Amino acid sequence: MSEWLIEPLRYAFMIRGLAAAVLVGTICAVVGTYVVLRGMAFLGDALAHAILPGVAVAYLLGGGAQGPLFWGGLVAGVGTALGIGAIAREGRIKEDTAIGILFAGMFALGIALISSVRSYTVDLTHFLFGNVLGVSIADLELMAVFGGLVLLLVLAFYKEFLVISFDPILAETLRLPDAFFHHLLLVMLAITIVVSLQTVGIALMVAMLVTPAATAYMLTKRMPVMMALGAVIGSGSGIVGLYASYYMNIASGAAIALTCTILFILVFLFAPGRGLVWQRIRGEDSSRARPTAPVPSE
Amino acid sequence: MTRLLQRPVQHEEAEPVIRLAHVTVRYNSEHVALDDVSFTLQRGERVAVVGPNGAGKSTLFKVIAGILRPTSGSADVYGHAPGGHICIAYVPQRNLVDWSFPVTVADVVMMGRVGKLGLLRWPRRRDWEIVHESLRLVGMEDMADRQIGELSGGQQQRVFIARALAQEAEVLLMDEPFTGLDMPSQEVLFGILDRLRDREVTVMVSTHDLNQAADRFDRIILLNRRLIAMGRAEEVLTEANLLAAYGGQMAMLDTEKGTLVVSDTCCSRGMDDV
Repeated sequence: MSEWLIEPLRYAFMIRGLAAAVLVGTICAVVGTYVVLRGMAFLGDALAHAILPGVAVAYLLGGGAQGPLFWGGLVAGVGTALGIGAIAREGRIKEDTAIGILFAGMFALGIALISSVRSYTVDLTHFLFGNVLGVSIADLELMAVFGGLVLLLVLAFYKEFLVISFDPILAETLRLPDAFFHHLLLVMLAITIVVSLQTVGIALMVAMLVTPAATAYMLTKRMPVMMALGAVIGSGSGIVGLYASYYMNIASGAAIALTCTILFILVFLFAPGRGLVWQRIRGEDSSRARPTAPVPSE
Repeated sequence: MTRLLQRPVQHEEAEPVIRLAHVTVRYNSEHVALDDVSFTLQRGERVAVVGPNGAGKSTLFKVIAGILRPTSGSADVYGHAPGGHICIAYVPQRNLVDWSFPVTVADVVMMGRVGKLGLLRWPRRRDWEIVHESLRLVGMEDMADRQIGELSGGQQQRVFIARALAQEAEVLLMDEPFTGLDMPSQEVLFGILDRLRDREVTVMVSTHDLNQAADRFDRIILLNRRLIAMGRAEEVLTEANLLAAYGGQMAMLDTEKGTLVVSDTCCSRGMDDV
């Protein structure tokens, strides 16, 4: 058994891949907590796709080096995030429509750019589905610095993000600069996506953002616990997924995302107290979002 | 971005708690939600805001809370525009809150401290003391660690009042807090509002129950976009005023001469108790 675990670790690329998976699992789950609680899954998916033209330009100019890809993606992601905010604030178009327009437009631009190169399909596949085993030490450093920055921002503005997420009206009566925090959150989301690009790729990004956080949501009633639990689930899925990828010879990004999904289904069915099976046993109405504990009369 | 470091304004103690002068709110430059509303409130008053659906009650609260800027006219709290104050608490209608959000009762009450704490500061022991003291005042200290979705409707209202206390609010705006509550829960809530009076907190409550407004509040504001009448119940709830406010809709009121019925399309649970 232990040999089975150790065997893949003989390869340095595997160790770098595991480190990347743990980093990404942690950061995505913490930021994903806000994505889940604020209902931003579509925005997260869109932002992931919208970074493609930035990555493509950096790729074309940088001749395939990883460093410029990071910065190109960051510029495109932050730009799209702010663009969506600007269109939605202007008011004539609903936010999800604005997201749809920019998301598809940016993604198309990215594909158009990449298709001008001959080796287009291979490169596009790496961007779409990730290439976690190609992560270098320099990549890991960049991921750690920017991932750490995002975690620091969550820590520094924890109570403000909590208030604007739970009760925007309270945020206004407390005179918090809610537009500032909303945009800051979008920028943090963009950074998270770029940090995770190599590990899971564009197409499966939303799985890392949403699924571990949603799994944790089923298991706790407190936000800090949800973040911590989500981080454990996300990085654990990363490790399990990479091993599965190694032994079963399947794509690593897909293996990680599938592990997240399986964990979610298990928790959805069997979570103590809240799982579907548990509710059936107790004869509760499973159509309710959350079972309510018995409340003493007032 | 300038709001990032803005300090709350000082109160002009000699000024009335709330003064509205010719406040008009238009949405989309067409629909008039409030039309030339003027009144003043004194410190510690408990005022009911009544009127048919769409009368502008929530809009009125948002103007006073400083969330919505009036199209014309002015609103002042202790002599300054409400946007500079952090002493105004707004308790939203219950159906506007995400009760499955992963926060405990104590977490929600601590949110009231965020304005006082300021950026980049974590709650200290003093803040937690205030949170627990606030919960004690509304009789919810035993529930501090419950997830908010586990509470009954009345308990949820009490948590939001505790949050206003932790905020050290001097103005409390409650949007239909009694809707859907049974009579015992309503009584508990009034008991808490009595305690707020001792603290000189000025309370405005929107309600559909005219009898309750008449019996349990110092003054009544009768609203239908315009301010139809304001004052004590017997001055405000006259047949002429009610007809002006409700028109063809319905309201019910027990008077000395019997029950006065004006029709209303409203669906409020409060009406069932009449």
